[in-house]
Amino acid sequence: MNASARPRRRRVSLLPYLLILPTFVFVALFTIWPMLLASYQSLFLQRLNIARFRTPTFIGAQNYIDLFGDDRFHQVMVNTLLYVLGTVPLSVVLGFLFALLVNRAMRGIGLARLFFFYPTILPLVSAATIWMFFFTPDYGIFNTALRAIGYTGPQNWTSNPNLALISVMIVTVWKNAGYYMIFYLAGLQGLPQDVFEAAALDGASGWQMLWRITFPLLRRTTLFVTTIAFISAFQTVDHIFVLTQGGPAGASSVLLYYLWEMRFEFLNVGAASALTVVLILVLLVFTLSNFLISEQREDAYAK
Amino acid sequence: MPSKVAPRSFGARLGSVLLTIFTFVLVILWAVPMAWAVVASLRPPTDPLGRGDVWFAFPLTLENYARALTLAPFGQYYVNTVVVILMILTVQMVTVTLAAFAFAHYDFRGKRVLFYLVLLQLMIPTTALLAPNFSTIRFLGLFDTRLAIAIPYFGSAFGTFLLRQLFLEIPRDLVDAGVMDGCRWWQLLRHIYLPPAVPTLIAFGLSSTAWHWNEFLWPLVITNSDKARPLTAGLVRFTQLGEIGAQWALLSAATLIVILPLFVVFLFFQKRFIQSFVYSGIK
Repeated sequence: MNASARPRRRRVSLLPYLLILPTFVFVALFTIWPMLLASYQSLFLQRLNIARFRTPTFIGAQNYIDLFGDDRFHQVMVNTLLYVLGTVPLSVVLGFLFALLVNRAMRGIGLARLFFFYPTILPLVSAATIWMFFFTPDYGIFNTALRAIGYTGPQNWTSNPNLALISVMIVTVWKNAGYYMIFYLAGLQGLPQDVFEAAALDGASGWQMLWRITFPLLRRTTLFVTTIAFISAFQTVDHIFVLTQGGPAGASSVLLYYLWEMRFEFLNVGAASALTVVLILVLLVFTLSNFLISEQREDAYAK
Repeated sequence: MPSKVAPRSFGARLGSVLLTIFTFVLVILWAVPMAWAVVASLRPPTDPLGRGDVWFAFPLTLENYARALTLAPFGQYYVNTVVVILMILTVQMVTVTLAAFAFAHYDFRGKRVLFYLVLLQLMIPTTALLAPNFSTIRFLGLFDTRLAIAIPYFGSAFGTFLLRQLFLEIPRDLVDAGVMDGCRWWQLLRHIYLPPAVPTLIAFGLSSTAWHWNEFLWPLVITNSDKARPLTAGLVRFTQLGEIGAQWALLSAATLIVILPLFVVFLFFQKRFIQSFVYSGIK
């Protein structure tokens, strides 16, 4: 089978395949196989909590049809979009801002860096248990602050339909901004200094340098950070378990949380599989389009 | 904001002071939650938090920690978390090194396809596949074990990718010299490829540790008892215990029990940690 392989090293053998095998077995078993399994199971009716539906029955695309006709699914997709659009840009911009602020030679700046970064290493669930207090009525910090400026409206953030998703988003931004900061910090420290000196000689202002030089030079960092922020926005729902359980009435439920609920609360294997397929497609579209955009940009800049 | 940068004018100095104040305000905002949790966890249980009285209450006490420890088996949760992480790290180091070596050192049929298939794990995070993976774990008879938490991460696309990049930078001459000297593949790996890769492996290990210490959803669905449950899932279970209610002091103590070990390690190895996170992009 390897007769036509062109060996870079002299020996041609099964060896490289054997070396890759351990990794491949686990990737196949827990990444490739589940993608196929979910696609297959999504075509069957299987509900573990109803005796006559316990054994799978083929129903074609019915799970998908049901899903797209389901109001909760629409709500969840809108929430997911709001969550992504609300957390990704804000935490990336804050990360950039933090990096600019702590990239100065100053006493105590290391400490500032530490304080911006530390939420990164906290488990998201424990960040949420801390923040839960800040959102509660009566003594929650937000409410105290809002009362101070004369606001007396809704008080319990996590059980208010308009504020539940926002509470979840606040925790996300608080936790992630410092993580994105370190990539920008690394980027800033790798920038060529002579460009700035030349610009300063030409009389460029601080703002101009920031937006005309620093930001464009860091576009690769921005692209990278945005990509990981997107992927993380779709795969982290831990804080929802602590803060809102997706409620009230689905107001803070997002795709992955709904998927978990469908599979492990409603025990609806077919619908959960269809949701898994939707999630996989969303992730693929996002990462691939990000990749294509980056290739295009690189071309544009190369000219 | 500074208007001109060249000479240190009054405006520039004013701008610099304003920036410092701004930084300080943000630092306070970011520090408050953790600071509050520490303070609240030290309040005497007899003195509940009330409106406008949420900070210190004396005498400071460790009672909340003691009570939290009696209400849930955090000791067992620690052991579980640590065992899971050790399993993952041990296996990952081996699988990642072998695969990266193969992808960097050899040419073989199907190499690109295999590489992209492995990289698929980067695009579709394992967490998203929890429903079908749950079936697989049940099928394998591993439900409610620590191995079940660890096993999906035994192969790491990210680690493979990271290490392969590093291996590719090793000068060909060096490798060729090794081959000329009649080195077998494991000797090449051991003496030529691995030595410069140690810092990368450490960085990968650190970020892998932090990520698995924090992981929640997969352990939640794949465990069902305290014998396998890690700290994060244990904490959430703790918040749902009937008697916890709104006992913030107790809850803060439990939260800190979960956070502290990794946090202390982080404070000691700050630089290393941060570097490893930069290195390892995708957690």
